[in-house]
Amino acid sequence: MRKEITKIHPAPTSFRQWYTDTMDTKSATGYREIPHTADWELEVWAPNLLGLLEQAALGMYQLTGIVISSTPCVSHNLVLQLSEPETLLVDFLNELLFLCESEDIAFSEFDLWLDESHMHAQLRGAEIQSMEKEIKATTYHDLHIVETDQGLVARIVFDV
Amino acid sequence: MVSLDNLIRLNQFEWEIPQSYRADMRVPVRIFATRQLLDEIKGDKSLDQAVNAATLPGLVSPVVVMPDVHQGYGFPIGGVAATRLPDGIISPGAIGYDINCGVRLLASQIEFPSVKNHLPDLADQLNRLCPSGVGKKGHLKLTIKELEKVCIEGSRWALKNGYASEADLRRTEEQGTLSGADPSKVSKRAKERGLMQLGTLGAGNHFIEVDVVDQVFNEKAANAMGLIPGNLAVMIHCGSRGFGHQICTDYVRDFQSAVKRYGIELPDRELVCAPLNSPEGKNYLAAMRCAANYAFANRQVLAHYARRAFEETLAGKVANWHLTQVYDIAHNMGKIETHEVGGNQVEVCVHRKGATRAFGPGFQGLPSEYSPFGQPVLVPGSMGTASWVLVGTTHSMQRSFGSSCHGAGRTMSRKKAKKSIWGEDLRKELQAQGIQIRAGSMAGLAEEAPQAYKDVDMVVETVHEAGIADKVARLKPVAVIKG
Repeated sequence: MRKEITKIHPAPTSFRQWYTDTMDTKSATGYREIPHTADWELEVWAPNLLGLLEQAALGMYQLTGIVISSTPCVSHNLVLQLSEPETLLVDFLNELLFLCESEDIAFSEFDLWLDESHMHAQLRGAEIQSMEKEIKATTYHDLHIVETDQGLVARIVFDV
Repeated sequence: MVSLDNLIRLNQFEWEIPQSYRADMRVPVRIFATRQLLDEIKGDKSLDQAVNAATLPGLVSPVVVMPDVHQGYGFPIGGVAATRLPDGIISPGAIGYDINCGVRLLASQIEFPSVKNHLPDLADQLNRLCPSGVGKKGHLKLTIKELEKVCIEGSRWALKNGYASEADLRRTEEQGTLSGADPSKVSKRAKERGLMQLGTLGAGNHFIEVDVVDQVFNEKAANAMGLIPGNLAVMIHCGSRGFGHQICTDYVRDFQSAVKRYGIELPDRELVCAPLNSPEGKNYLAAMRCAANYAFANRQVLAHYARRAFEETLAGKVANWHLTQVYDIAHNMGKIETHEVGGNQVEVCVHRKGATRAFGPGFQGLPSEYSPFGQPVLVPGSMGTASWVLVGTTHSMQRSFGSSCHGAGRTMSRKKAKKSIWGEDLRKELQAQGIQIRAGSMAGLAEEAPQAYKDVDMVVETVHEAGIADKVARLKPVAVIKG
């Protein structure tokens, strides 16, 4: 999947630092699967929260084995009310899961930005050609977005 | 992390984590396991999650942990917690996203040797008629109005629409209808997700299995259930699909703020909860019951199509191809029940997540033919291993809020399973053992490999010896349909 650099826009003060702190190394973003007995656990990292949301989405898609056309041909706009970062992360991923199931679409390009009270997402992707496994929901279990010297890190458990 | 040193041995099959283990625990944790199973259990975070569950407000006695327990996402899978009415809490995460995930068992008079050659066709027909796999849509497309009827009526909706018989309903927990369901407490999104998925299996660990009754341990009970050695049976394991997942998602989200309003402090945000007598708690209970009824109807519609598959494959080849219901029981549910606590009969909300209700002989609500034996407890295995039929006991009412195990319980991570097991190899291996496999995803099949689970026989032996369920029959799979 193609990865876009997330655009950063002004954020409300309380979130400003996490949303706008940027790092210039591309290796500072990524995700990996963590062993979990019954469900799926994903570790994601990125320089800022919007980048973290994008990495989490890409990691989640990878866990489900989603295959979409390499040429983005579907766009979708999302608006989510700003809340604390962990809740925003869960809300964002659950929205994507809903779109997987209801519209059969997934996304490879993420343009995320903020206004005073909302996060906006302009998503580009394609219809799902195949999907190996199903995620029931993104959970809050042990979910803490932690600030490190390299940026933000979170572990997300998905119910499968 | 909880270690074995922190446990008090009550007897060979019961252990306790005392309330003193952690300052925020409100009750102890009671674990049903052998020493050998404990060694497996301590390999993940199950017991720490049980300790977290023991901090929930309003618990009336120990959080109970079953021998098939494994790490979940907040509350352990294989856990039971009872909270007092009216001011104890209800927690969506302690019931799970797949509300009323459960098991239905159908018995037959078909002798396996007489249909062995037709088994591949039967597996194909089941696979064709019972939609399974990621996001699959079913034969039915409901209107919102019809969906709301399903929410309120559950299996009775299926009866009115030709998918069930009165005999099926008699042998379903709560006759397949929980009262108090209120569709107005269900979001528009959840309803949208529910419109197309009634009568579908889904993916993950859900399955339809054709079994052979391998061994009978309680002949009278097995006879009452129609389980005859050597005959076929059908087990259906699934839940409330996207409808239930969305209801749980919505309320876990809502309860994030409810806990702040009610001043509830928790060690894990997935355990969020609200008092049962609060507007939030009442709303969730009413919505959860909608999902529970949807799941009862879902398994009923699947049973209807399983019957059709048997008819289309076996009519004219065997004298009697009919499938009769043994029982249908949930293992992810919150129920208001009366239990004895401290010598008094007390109304409590029993959260069972990956645990099966296991009421003993004579309880009101059991079909009369089962009354002398106790309520059937259906324990699915893991494709290549046995599944079990047990009955609840009087002792389970005293020690586990009338609950028992729900399966084998995972022991290997999904990551390790898919790394070490190749789905296609597994399919061939199971086929070589005489088990027909129909699976939508080989990767999904690998994650659900028998090796990823505990020994179900050992789990069952533990609940039997501990006295919280009694063995009735052991079933062996001969065909498995997985999403």
